[in-house]
Amino acid sequence: MTTEDSIIAAVADAVRLREPVLIEGNGTKAGMLRPVQAARSLSTSGLSGINLYAPKELIISAWAGTPLPEIEAALAEAGQHLIAEPPDLSRLLGSTGKPQTFGGIVATNLSGPRRVAWGAMRDHVMGVRAVTGRAEVIRSGGRVLKNVTGLDLCKLLTGSHGTLGVITEITLKVLPAPEATGTLVLPGLDASAGVGVLSAALGSPYGVSGASWLPAEAVARVPGLAGMAGSATLVRIEEFAPSVAYRIGRLNDQFGVAGAVVLDTAASRAVWKEVGDVRPLAAAAEDAVWRVSVRPSAGSGVLDALRAVGVTGFLDWGGGLVWLAGPADAATHRAVEAAATAAGGAWTLLRAPDGLRGSVRVVPDEPAPLARITRQVKAAMDPAGVLNPGRMYAGL
Amino acid sequence: MIRQPDPKPDVMVRRDSIVAGLRKLLPETGLISEPLRLKPYETDGLSAYRQVPLAVALPETTEQVAAVLRFCHQNGVRVVPRGAGTSLSGGALPMADAVVVGMMRMNRILDIDYPDRCAVVQAGVTNIGITNAVSADGFFYAPDPSSQLACMIGGNVNMNSGGAHCLKYGVTANNLLGLKIVTIDGEIIDIGGAYLDAAGYDWLGLLTGSEGMLAIVTEVTVRILRGPEGARAMLAAFKSNEIAGACVDSIISSGIIPVALEFMDRPAIHACEAFAHAGYPLDAEAMLIIEVEGSVEEQDRLLEQLSAICRKFDPISLKISQSPEESLAIWKGRKGAFGAVGRISPDYLCMDGTIPTSQLPHVLRRIQEMSDSYGLKVANIFHAGDGNLHPLIMFDANNPASFHAAEEFGADILKLCVEVGGCLTGEHGVGVEKRDLMPVQFRPHELTQQRDIKSAFDPDWLLNPSKVFPLLETETVVLPRAA
Repeated sequence: MTTEDSIIAAVADAVRLREPVLIEGNGTKAGMLRPVQAARSLSTSGLSGINLYAPKELIISAWAGTPLPEIEAALAEAGQHLIAEPPDLSRLLGSTGKPQTFGGIVATNLSGPRRVAWGAMRDHVMGVRAVTGRAEVIRSGGRVLKNVTGLDLCKLLTGSHGTLGVITEITLKVLPAPEATGTLVLPGLDASAGVGVLSAALGSPYGVSGASWLPAEAVARVPGLAGMAGSATLVRIEEFAPSVAYRIGRLNDQFGVAGAVVLDTAASRAVWKEVGDVRPLAAAAEDAVWRVSVRPSAGSGVLDALRAVGVTGFLDWGGGLVWLAGPADAATHRAVEAAATAAGGAWTLLRAPDGLRGSVRVVPDEPAPLARITRQVKAAMDPAGVLNPGRMYAGL
Repeated sequence: MIRQPDPKPDVMVRRDSIVAGLRKLLPETGLISEPLRLKPYETDGLSAYRQVPLAVALPETTEQVAAVLRFCHQNGVRVVPRGAGTSLSGGALPMADAVVVGMMRMNRILDIDYPDRCAVVQAGVTNIGITNAVSADGFFYAPDPSSQLACMIGGNVNMNSGGAHCLKYGVTANNLLGLKIVTIDGEIIDIGGAYLDAAGYDWLGLLTGSEGMLAIVTEVTVRILRGPEGARAMLAAFKSNEIAGACVDSIISSGIIPVALEFMDRPAIHACEAFAHAGYPLDAEAMLIIEVEGSVEEQDRLLEQLSAICRKFDPISLKISQSPEESLAIWKGRKGAFGAVGRISPDYLCMDGTIPTSQLPHVLRRIQEMSDSYGLKVANIFHAGDGNLHPLIMFDANNPASFHAAEEFGADILKLCVEVGGCLTGEHGVGVEKRDLMPVQFRPHELTQQRDIKSAFDPDWLLNPSKVFPLLETETVVLPRAA
């Protein structure tokens, strides 16, 4: 049984011996970003359980090692859900067996299709407890929905990949799950036209909560879209049932093309689960996988630019999130970097052999003055540099 | 009276040369040093506290901000950033040896991008100015603090401002994509951009709500949203705070998240009605304003469901707006609440704690008891969906004992908020007002950790140094801890 005290003790040991520690939950995302060189490892997976769930206050608190499906099940029982729709990337990342943890999804700040309308995981983290590299437990935020007391270390720790502290407990804002879901599927639009529709739909008054474009080869990988030929542009509404019917109808009036299909609640949920979990991405076992974040109107250009070097993908977040797969070599990685940079956005190398991800910039370098601040903040949180060293940036 | 750190003697004696040095870096009218013209900058929305600064710089470009900060850094001069000066927590309160950097001349909207649903604006653009620039096309900027006509987006970023519609649309932090900042040593850094979730650390999240202690924000990339087809409000009045609180619980449990859910207690209802003649029920102990969005049919359906829920709680009255005009009337009282209380009592303190919503009846009861024992009236207005309380404590500023009692009463309310699982401030910030209460919410090493983060950005503690952290600690512990 892991306790917060045992985590404190393990970090204190590592600090005393100046030995780096691999910080993880169930290790489902160990393949993300740079490999961590550490003789020791520290898992939060034994620190599990829901500590507080107050549906009427839209708040859930749980230990970091709690399996995410356990959280999702508890919420579903009360008719609520995780707002950011976190994906399950275990298949993409080649992990099997244990499910991802609550702490893991927060430490990596991974969000699903609903992010485009309702915010990322980081937007809903209301409180954290974490063991810093000083072997101290700090708390930031709390268990209320609005809190600006002191510096927001919740956001600093969310997405920090275990490099600033070992997150031990998280308090998250949750919301009622929508009664119904509907999806308008428009066939045959090219990427640029598809993104045009997605932008217009997201700029409509109908509260679109999912906006994705899949090329033909990606459509073929989604069972819920079986039988569709060519590309698919997907627009989702999540609301009370009459509103879903009304709003999908209005969107269809406005953007409908020949062959447009409307998916009902069950079919919609299945398709968006696949999109969120990146099933449409044709990533061969040896391929590298990237996520590129750009302004939505630049998404289709990134896809176009990389086709020539054997990189293919699909678009989520209205075009702003480009999922890519292609040859796992430095030249291809540089091409992805160049395409993301040219589009004014940022990349993350999400999956690659250790050799590649240990030798390239898995995320963009920060400008020098910011990199200096980053080193100082890392030193403030983890002065001995023992927590997941090198995970995000070489030498940090 | 709140204590200020001692002015740095070496800065005070160099005042003239500092002013002359700054003058060279700014446009002709960009530096204020005459005592009479410094006077308007001596305070902000927390007007009980005043301090004339050493000088005020009014830069017009990011480069000028950088030059001013570089100069101040080289000369060891403290800097207090300022937007419109509407902070209710004294976030922009000057110091005698500090240069106020006022952002009001950086008030241009640089880019509006509808397909990508974002806008790039300078820090001195007002909150409402963003919405006004895009409203003709049906868009808006979501966070809507009460001061939105005056307050500036740079200040909103630094205080992570909220508003009445946070329940659906979130606070400032949830509506930003990028920042241009200037560090104390004059470096200009772009954080994020017109895209979601940049890789690397969430500097955007850390800087938002950092109360001017980490950097000066000069440009902001905000998300703009398409407005709904329409919105309508309803009003429900109840016999007790407990009943109204239970009704709020029941609404949230129903799966309906109204776009706004505001709670007013009896004194607030009376104050607002006298001011706005909004038709509020004067026999009620508590009242909810509930707003929904969507098409007319969608509004009808939601309001009908909400009315059915409210009816279970034996309401004194239920009024569903039948038109945009009626909705405006319902909101008018709430939006004018601070002015309304100002008519009853020229002086009031607006508190800003957040509590778990289940604690509402208990907390309101305790506040009433405190009101009786301090002999000061209080009106409660609060964002019910998210538990953000705004007790308005009325006092007489001409009577020092009354002011002192009001401050103690306010501190007791905030301590109560923390005691029941909430926090000191939901949307106004710590500033100087709640600085010395921080140990109520945080343990010493937690505050030290936050100070270490500030030191990482501002090792010499020149940026807004007397805010957020208890003054004594700030004075004695400013150097980063050794590893």
